[in-house]
Amino acid sequence: MLKQIEGSQAVADVVALCRPNVISAYPITPQTHIVEDLSVIVGQGKLDAEFVNVESEFSAASVVLGASAAGARTYTATSSQGLLLMAEVIYCISGMRLPIVLTCANRAISAPLSIWNDQQDSMAVRDAGWIQLFAEDNQEAADLHIQAYKIAEQTFLPVMVCMDGFILTHAFEPVDIPEQKQVDDFLPPFKPRHIVDPRWPRGIGLYADPRFYMETRYILHRAMEKSEKTIKEVSADFAKTFGRDSGGFIKTYKLKEADVAIVSMGSVVGTIKDLIDQLEEEGKKVGLLQICSYRPFPRQEIYNILKDKMNIVVLEKCISLGRGGILASDIRWSFPRAEKKDRNISSFIAGLGGRNITSDDLRYMVERVEKEPVELEFLGLKKELISDKDL
Amino acid sequence: MEEIPTPSKEQPHHPLDDLIRTDRIPHIWCPGCGIGTVFSACLAALKASGINLQKTVMVSGIGCSGRAAGYVKLDSFHTTHGRAIPFATGLKLANPELNIVVFSGDGDLFAIGGNHFIHAARRNMDITVICVNNLNYGMTGGQVAATTPYLAKSTTTPAGNPETPFNLPLMAYACGATYVARWTMLHIRDLTDSITEALCKKGFSFIEALSPCPVNYGRRNKQKPLDMLKLYQEKAIIKNDADPATLDIDFEKGIILGKFIDLDRPTFIENYDKIYRPSRLQENVPELNS
Ligand SMILES: Cc1ncc(C[n+]2csc(CCOP(=O)(O)OP(=O)(O)O)c2C)c(N)n1
Ligand code: SF4
Ligand SMILES: [Mg+2]
Repeated sequence: MLKQIEGSQAVADVVALCRPNVISAYPITPQTHIVEDLSVIVGQGKLDAEFVNVESEFSAASVVLGASAAGARTYTATSSQGLLLMAEVIYCISGMRLPIVLTCANRAISAPLSIWNDQQDSMAVRDAGWIQLFAEDNQEAADLHIQAYKIAEQTFLPVMVCMDGFILTHAFEPVDIPEQKQVDDFLPPFKPRHIVDPRWPRGIGLYADPRFYMETRYILHRAMEKSEKTIKEVSADFAKTFGRDSGGFIKTYKLKEADVAIVSMGSVVGTIKDLIDQLEEEGKKVGLLQICSYRPFPRQEIYNILKDKMNIVVLEKCISLGRGGILASDIRWSFPRAEKKDRNISSFIAGLGGRNITSDDLRYMVERVEKEPVELEFLGLKKELISDKDL
Repeated sequence: MEEIPTPSKEQPHHPLDDLIRTDRIPHIWCPGCGIGTVFSACLAALKASGINLQKTVMVSGIGCSGRAAGYVKLDSFHTTHGRAIPFATGLKLANPELNIVVFSGDGDLFAIGGNHFIHAARRNMDITVICVNNLNYGMTGGQVAATTPYLAKSTTTPAGNPETPFNLPLMAYACGATYVARWTMLHIRDLTDSITEALCKKGFSFIEALSPCPVNYGRRNKQKPLDMLKLYQEKAIIKNDADPATLDIDFEKGIILGKFIDLDRPTFIENYDKIYRPSRLQENVPELNS
């Protein structure tokens, strides 16, 4: 049913339809409304689940780890500092192959303290063996959660659904919330692979000495690569059942004829598409490649789609300090070195700590890369706030 | 007739202005919030204690209460959520001359940061910890905390809190604090006196200040802004030296206030020096920072 609701409420409603058995979370802006809404759903008896109010994100992640190991379908959500505090457990969850679903309401990281949106938080754990899916709008954010459970429980890999804090979590948009029956038909009950059960004693997360440890990483890496197939299948399946495209690996917009290809992910692609339409009216051919699955990284797909594009520009809301654009590095790595040396891949960092990314900023970016390639530039930087002695 | 000078704009308007970063006012605290009162009790105590304010630091975690560090005109640190005490520990160890006040909320000190509290008390770190206990996480919109009363409503316990809250003075005492008191923000003089005493006392001091959060806690528990203050007035039982085990907050039977613990035992630094730096004790080696 189409409802005019807040993004957080949409996610909470849909997570409830996925019937998690155990939910555990600690409040942090801008994730808080999701878990508050879920606590209301549980409180009203509309979802039979244990809702555990823990004392920190570290505990929240540990509680869902334990519950998942005991065979429960689980859910948690966080942002920023909370995700960093979970980091130790985040690695354990993937190492133990527990299919936990977590929402990351993307927010900047301290210090200085900022509650506003960028994507540095989920980037900080991008190498942990979690599938990371990025939502463009609230409909997709809601849909991705239904897909996330299915992907996780087929691959035994945890899934992080990333949605931009405030821009999505706090925005009211019409969102189609499916019926319970539709979700039940799409998402079968969770069948755990191993359960901690005294009748079948087994240890998980035990000590692996140098004879064994490396293989666990290799297997996990291969599982991440192989999950590509599942992500695509589940997204296709979703489209068939629910009648709309959501998720998958990558999406494109007016890319075929484009002279400039913009690559980005998350909610900013909405602004990018608007600009592309404007530029089209002005006679300029610009297109978009939108990353939906950031991990596993759709390298081959990106290569296939962009191989004829000579002017590519990557726009991202995060940075590897001392290295540059993170997504830009991934994109640059997607092309064999020897091939087409004159291909330009420019890198722009934008929107850190919630700075707005305006259509004018994006127009400037396109005009800039039309003239020359850009190694790295911060879009919308206020030079007047930086003095020489800071540098 | 003698002319009365009109105060210039630069002139202090409030006796505590010299301890406040007035450029940061207006503060973020809601109308009816108790944090400001606890904060001013703390500032008044800092003045009354006579300690060297040039060597005094305030450390806060994150939360409405934690914003205090941003308003005090002393060296101050706004740390990450829950970490005010370990941060303060580091400061104290690097520069034992400093007087360190930790000013933070119940969630910050006893939920996410609870582990640090128990260990700092166990070690008897020479710091003063002031906890604004408003029975919930105010800043994030009124979620259940480790201090929320049984059955109370919050945004994450819409049908009532199923858990038992901490008795904070008991915990402080059990962990080894050498000074423990509890007041409400209505008992402003007692609270100020207690903070003053704690600032002058060596060792780990803990003061719990009950304080209303009408916007989040009050609203969900059908308490108008003044209701909590009336409860503080009607239900307060001042009982110094009360047994810490009897200090559970009970808004029906009564809330016991007072100074409960005031004893002496060696601080962390004293014990450390005795074992690892016996020579420093004899030679009076200059401090690290000089
Ligand atoms: C690691 C982390 N998790 C969660 C948060 C979000 N957060 C900010 S303040 C706060 C609770 C504050 O409660 P309390 O300490 O009682 O302070 P109050 O606002 O009630 O004064 C939370 C959960 C955060 N900043 N960092
Ligand atoms: S939310 Fe509550 S604790 Fe925070 S400033 Fe407002 S009244 Fe005070
Ligand atoms: Mg509080």
